[in-house]
Amino acid sequence: MNAFEFRSRIGATANYALSLCALAILPTSAALAENQVAPLNYFLHSYGPASTPTMFLGWVFASLLVAIFVIIALLLLMAIFRKRPAVAPGLLGREDEGMRWVYIGTGLSACILFALAIYTLITLNAIAKPTRAPALTLTVTGYDWWWKVEYEDDDPTRSFVTANEIHIPVGQPVLVKLKSADVIHAFWVPMLAGKTQMIPGLTNQQWLQADVEGVYSGQCTQYCGVQHAHMGLEVVAQSEDEFRTWQDAQRRAADMTAGVDAGKALFMDRCAGCHAIRGTEAVGAHAPDLTHLNSRRLIAAGLLTKSPDHLVQWITHAQDLKPGARMPNMVLSAAEVDALSAFLSTLN
Amino acid sequence: MTNVDQSMLDLNFCRVPEMGSAPVGSAAETRLARLWESAPGWRGWLSTVDHKTIGLRYLVTAFIFLLMGGVEALIMRLQLARPDQTLLTPEQYSQLFTMHGVTMIFLYSLPILSGFSNYLWPLMLGSRDMAFPRLNALSYWIFLFSGIFLYASFPLGEAPNAGWFNYVPFAGLEYNTGPNIDVYALGMVLLGISTTVGAVNFIVTLFRMRAPGMSIDRVPILVWGTLTASVANIFAVPSVSLAFFMLWLDRQAGTHFFDVLNGGKPLLWQHLFWMFGHPWVYAVVLPAMGIVSDALPTFCRRPLVGYSAVALSTMATMLLGFGVWIHHMFATGLPTLALSFFGAASMVISIPSAVAVFAWIATIWLGRPVFTTPFLFFAGFVILFVIGGLSGVMTAAVPLDFQLNETYFIVAHLHYVLIGINVFPVVGGIYYWFPKFFGRMMNETLGKWSFWVMFIGFNLGFFPMHLAGLLGMPRRIYTYAPHMGWTAVNMVTSVGSFVFAAGILIFLVNILVSLKRGVPATSNPWDAPTLEWAMPSPPPVYNFAVIPFVASRHPLWEDRLDEGVGRSSLEQGYLLMEGRETIGTTPLDAKPDIILKMPDDSYTPFFLGLFSALVFVGLLLHWRDFTVLMVLACSLSLTVWMWPRQALVQRVQDIEHDKEAAHG
Repeated sequence: MNAFEFRSRIGATANYALSLCALAILPTSAALAENQVAPLNYFLHSYGPASTPTMFLGWVFASLLVAIFVIIALLLLMAIFRKRPAVAPGLLGREDEGMRWVYIGTGLSACILFALAIYTLITLNAIAKPTRAPALTLTVTGYDWWWKVEYEDDDPTRSFVTANEIHIPVGQPVLVKLKSADVIHAFWVPMLAGKTQMIPGLTNQQWLQADVEGVYSGQCTQYCGVQHAHMGLEVVAQSEDEFRTWQDAQRRAADMTAGVDAGKALFMDRCAGCHAIRGTEAVGAHAPDLTHLNSRRLIAAGLLTKSPDHLVQWITHAQDLKPGARMPNMVLSAAEVDALSAFLSTLN
Repeated sequence: MTNVDQSMLDLNFCRVPEMGSAPVGSAAETRLARLWESAPGWRGWLSTVDHKTIGLRYLVTAFIFLLMGGVEALIMRLQLARPDQTLLTPEQYSQLFTMHGVTMIFLYSLPILSGFSNYLWPLMLGSRDMAFPRLNALSYWIFLFSGIFLYASFPLGEAPNAGWFNYVPFAGLEYNTGPNIDVYALGMVLLGISTTVGAVNFIVTLFRMRAPGMSIDRVPILVWGTLTASVANIFAVPSVSLAFFMLWLDRQAGTHFFDVLNGGKPLLWQHLFWMFGHPWVYAVVLPAMGIVSDALPTFCRRPLVGYSAVALSTMATMLLGFGVWIHHMFATGLPTLALSFFGAASMVISIPSAVAVFAWIATIWLGRPVFTTPFLFFAGFVILFVIGGLSGVMTAAVPLDFQLNETYFIVAHLHYVLIGINVFPVVGGIYYWFPKFFGRMMNETLGKWSFWVMFIGFNLGFFPMHLAGLLGMPRRIYTYAPHMGWTAVNMVTSVGSFVFAAGILIFLVNILVSLKRGVPATSNPWDAPTLEWAMPSPPPVYNFAVIPFVASRHPLWEDRLDEGVGRSSLEQGYLLMEGRETIGTTPLDAKPDIILKMPDDSYTPFFLGLFSALVFVGLLLHWRDFTVLMVLACSLSLTVWMWPRQALVQRVQDIEHDKEAAHG
């Protein structure tokens, strides 16, 4: 057994002990219900091995440090208010007293910090790499202000691109390669893993794993410009079967239903410079791929739920909803809106 | 030996300084006052090199910047008080949070401490001025002009907008085409000049300008703090000046330091910025901690516990502070081993802080606290220091930082550190030294009100930010949706921030009231131990009528503490009044070494500062001829400044008895 294995075993044991304590107060099935209230609350909720050890670390740190604070605050209050025998006014204390305070206080602090540092390093080691080879590798590229998601495959015809919504199979480690097309962003799906910056010119990577099916919110956490606030994403963890079904559907090119030619022509004329729809001549690469637009829950990088009304609002008033976004306000007549909506509604 | 020395010296330049006393009103004292006075009216106003005037200017200017940064913060808190607000556009919000950071970090937090140190150092050290009075004036003028420069584009809606740490490529020309970032880059290079010359001045002053007998282990902790910060700045500021200069070259001269398409590296910016940024964080708190270490004991009626330990911990913090910059970059994808090292180092840095905390608590415990306003601020500071320090331990834990980084938890941490460890000691310090500055006491009733309102408002405003961070709220978002769960904490934070602002307002009212109607202060109203309280309040222009001899750490408490051997001599000392003069001493033992001829008032620092600022204006606006003209004007000012003058010829001092004492 080499040193590395040994360390990770210590880590695993410690984490196991903590997770037993935690299970009592944290029903794992609460995943989806909790998501609705505070979807980024990583401090109380974690659903995978890339973040759970960190959550326990957070609890240990927070409770210990709160306890230390209470002790020091009490010491300070006692120091201020303790009863003192009366002395002559003008009398001063001697300088050479009191070093015991410094020795004991600093000594104890150093021991506690040492223990915390060891626990931190064990945790860091535990989350650094998945215990088995990733089942899936995907590349996420940050754009102002959305996320491109590429699912690679050895067979290039089976690769596909989507945006702002990542699907992963539940219970499997997933490797995420992180790139940026413009400025620095940071990829953060806090209930599944910590954040990693996406730096132009570099390919960073991180891994995540969801042990419970559900939808996990993510958010850009590096200031990247005016719409940094509206750069969200979602990770959908599904059973293996559902994931395969989704993947197969995403691989297909768009189904071009007849009867929406007007809307399609309008799209090719006005939208295709930036947006792509696989299977058509729309190959724009500056904005989200819309091939399977209707398979997504949200649009505009998490700003709006996807409904026909919201789509129209977004197309015609993007600059009011997300000022500064690259998407312009499209000036369309009522007939054009209807035609475009009809066409977009076919992108299943 | 002595004979050989004598024969080698030109006897004309040998002079044994006269000993004596110069009580207020005596002929000698009147002559001193005339020697050191500035000209009346605007001429003296522009040309003065008096460290007390410069110190007050620093304090007032930096405090005005604090108020500006505070108003920016309040506007942001209105925007964030409720979800989906539209009070500000995203771009306005970006400029506000950037200018808030720039103002507080660069234009308030260090300059305010420079103000205290400028005013107090010579008084605490027993000198008549700083080592380089004109450099001191230059440092202030450039600080003022760079502050104006950094704000110049604000009214035009083109203020810096990439956050105070200004990451490239967002701050590069491709994504930020306006003048916003050029203003920031050039302003920072200009401000760097001020910080650097100021730091040089402090370092030389400490090592050469102490009163005879004030050996290095007798200087106040504030002096240790500012010395440590100044040495750190000498090493740290070049990194950020270089980074901003390189950014400006990228933007205006087509270089590719950070330009990805041409092989530049955005990560280089982060390294250069944080190699500066982290030491800077300590530079803006260590002198403030020094204020507490010096002033708290006065109100505990005993000396500080563990003087040497606290002085050493100050320096240890700074040394370690140079080895932790990566903890701002844990999320940049660096290898685990490197993260482990810098994470562990970031935890170790809490140990020297623990030394200081336990020294303060022991000082209060063993002392007999007097519950005046300054004491409240210093005791409150200890609480906030502990909270900021402990939350810092959380962010030092690498895996936890992967979550906490760039969330409101960091915002909470840095405000506890900067407001708790800088603003509270600063306000407490103003209450403490106000009688010395202006000769009047501040109002105690208003003082206690200001403390409690500030303390409650601060914690109400900033503690919930920890929770916002744990709930996943990222920094620098201009709004948020109601379903994120951040609504309540943000409302509480906004309310708290206004309460805190009200506390500051009460403090300002107190200043104005006390300036007019405060009770006249005696020379030592708090019965404090250090030299600045040995002179009338406010101090005379020449500081010390005679250069005192110092025999202990607490010259004014000697009779009661019975420490050390012998007594300090404050009434009898070197007279030194053939022109502006003070004594230079040896760096460690403070043996008298040389008579220093101090320069007269001069307009050149003002003009050199002004022309330097105009060089940067020319660079910003691409006025080539104007820039060249201003560079020439700078050279001319420097020439006038450096022009040799008979009055400044240094004379070798020869205090034989002292030299022999040193060898014996």
